[in-house]
Amino acid sequence: MPDTQAAVAPRALTEKTLRVPTEKLPRVVIPARLRRFLSPLALVLLWQAASMAGLISPRTLAAPSTVLASAWELVLSGELPSHLLVSLGRVLVGLGIGLSAGVALALIAGLSKRGEEVVDAPMQMLRTLPFLALVPLFILWFGIGETPKIALVALGAAFPVYLTLFAGIRGVEPKLVEAAQVFGLDRRGLVRHVILPGALPSALVGLRYALGSAWLSLVIAEQINATAGIGFLINDAREFLRTDVIVVGLLVYALLGLGADALVRLAERRALAWRPTLVKG
Amino acid sequence: MADIAPPASTPLRVRNLTRRFGRNTVLHGLELDLAPGSFTALLGRSGSGKSTLLRTLAGLDPAPAEAVLDLPRPVSVVFQEPRLLPWKKVWQNVALGLGGGDARGRAARALEEVGLGRHLEAWPATLSGGEAQRAALARALVREPRLLLLDEPFAALDALTRIRMHSLVLDLWRHHGPTTLIVTHDVDEAVLLADRVLVLDGGRIAADLTVDLPRPRRHADPGFATLRRRLLGELGVDLQEAA
Ligand SMILES: Nc1ncnc2c1ncn2[C@@H]1O[C@H](COP(=O)(O)OP(=O)(O)OP(=O)(O)O)[C@@H](O)[C@H]1O
Ligand SMILES: [Mg+2]
Repeated sequence: MPDTQAAVAPRALTEKTLRVPTEKLPRVVIPARLRRFLSPLALVLLWQAASMAGLISPRTLAAPSTVLASAWELVLSGELPSHLLVSLGRVLVGLGIGLSAGVALALIAGLSKRGEEVVDAPMQMLRTLPFLALVPLFILWFGIGETPKIALVALGAAFPVYLTLFAGIRGVEPKLVEAAQVFGLDRRGLVRHVILPGALPSALVGLRYALGSAWLSLVIAEQINATAGIGFLINDAREFLRTDVIVVGLLVYALLGLGADALVRLAERRALAWRPTLVKG
Repeated sequence: MADIAPPASTPLRVRNLTRRFGRNTVLHGLELDLAPGSFTALLGRSGSGKSTLLRTLAGLDPAPAEAVLDLPRPVSVVFQEPRLLPWKKVWQNVALGLGGGDARGRAARALEEVGLGRHLEAWPATLSGGEAQRAALARALVREPRLLLLDEPFAALDALTRIRMHSLVLDLWRHHGPTTLIVTHDVDEAVLLADRVLVLDGGRIAADLTVDLPRPRRHADPGFATLRRRLLGELGVDLQEAA
């Protein structure tokens, strides 16, 4: 397969070019995977040193050691876990609603001409709205409780999934559909065996975007008068100039985003095992 | 291989088949008869409507109301590209849409027959071009078609693989006995495989030659060159050029 070769070649090339300098340095052999973490680690150490030397005031940014200690304290006190649960709950409910709506609308628009006419035009118009700008309207409609927060997350997740699944369905190779028709698949069989599996790669890309967009929505939503959640933790810390707690909150957001991305990547690996690039690698 | 073909089915009969794309009339009152279990090759210039005819016979394009189509069924098609579903294992591709019990067993036997018994669990992306096309053949044959349509099935294969595919197709045809119509650009391929060679031109069957050579056929056979020359003439190729 020419595809796989093209995909493999650059990797082989980088490995070769990376190996050359290590051979010149005697004894110090650091595996390539660890080497990637060297410069971030150096930055953290620099930050720590600067804090200790008094170059960075704790009111600007707490030292990494302080951040770690605070994180540990927040975990032990149960504060961080309880806020985390609240945030996770918002994301899960919002994602559940948003993904369901996005998938349902994409199926309606993707599988029928009539459905496309009804659904697609308004969706394409709405998606040009920066949805975070809807916050004021949401507050007017839903108040300041949980509803606007969940609605914002749902909205953030719905559009990427709708757009990619719809495009995926429409992008399925017509020749494959035709062949499956010759071999006696009816409409339902076509959708199940040809159209949906064909649209899956695109939809999974959409899922990744949806998760990213959902986190972003969560961060914004939790600025709206929250009394619990990671966002509340951060806002609360601001009032008390606790930069260490703010950084802890940011780290938690980052880790959650990374975790979600890893989950989708795992799902991709399992669901798309048939892809030429994954088959051999 | 012994001739153990199942009892022949109905003949294929087409009358008054006209097909237009806008102002371009591709098939023009076409008539076609194929004897049950016969092997026919269809030649014609590029754009003469061979694929269009095959698609109509396969039921992929609607036939106009005034046309008469008596077709053996079930029908199977092998296209120029294998058209395997990349997300289904090879045996699942062959078993796609199979009614009745033991789909896997039947798919496995069909793949065995085309020499792919070891690739049942493979992903289509890992097959070579020839293997993929053999899988497509297995998928066509597992349904025991009474009409087998092949649209330039070997055009994308290298010469050696093509020779192997020729004898495979002939074996399968003798074994299963479907009425077979193969579209090809290759005059040699047509004479090598078919009992009858048709030339499509001007929207009709413009030439109809019987290939009365004993099998297995070789290019060196005395009748081969004569037939070849006549067919090239029908296709409008200058004989001096072609020699
Ligand atoms: N869906 C379509 N819409 C419009 N025109 C078409 C369509 N399908 C085929 N045609 C036209 O019909 C004519 C015959 O096409 P067809 O594919 O049957 O030719 P062919 O004999 O199979 O050619 P080739 O040997 O190159 O495969 C061509 O002029 C083509 O442009
Ligand atoms: Mg064609």
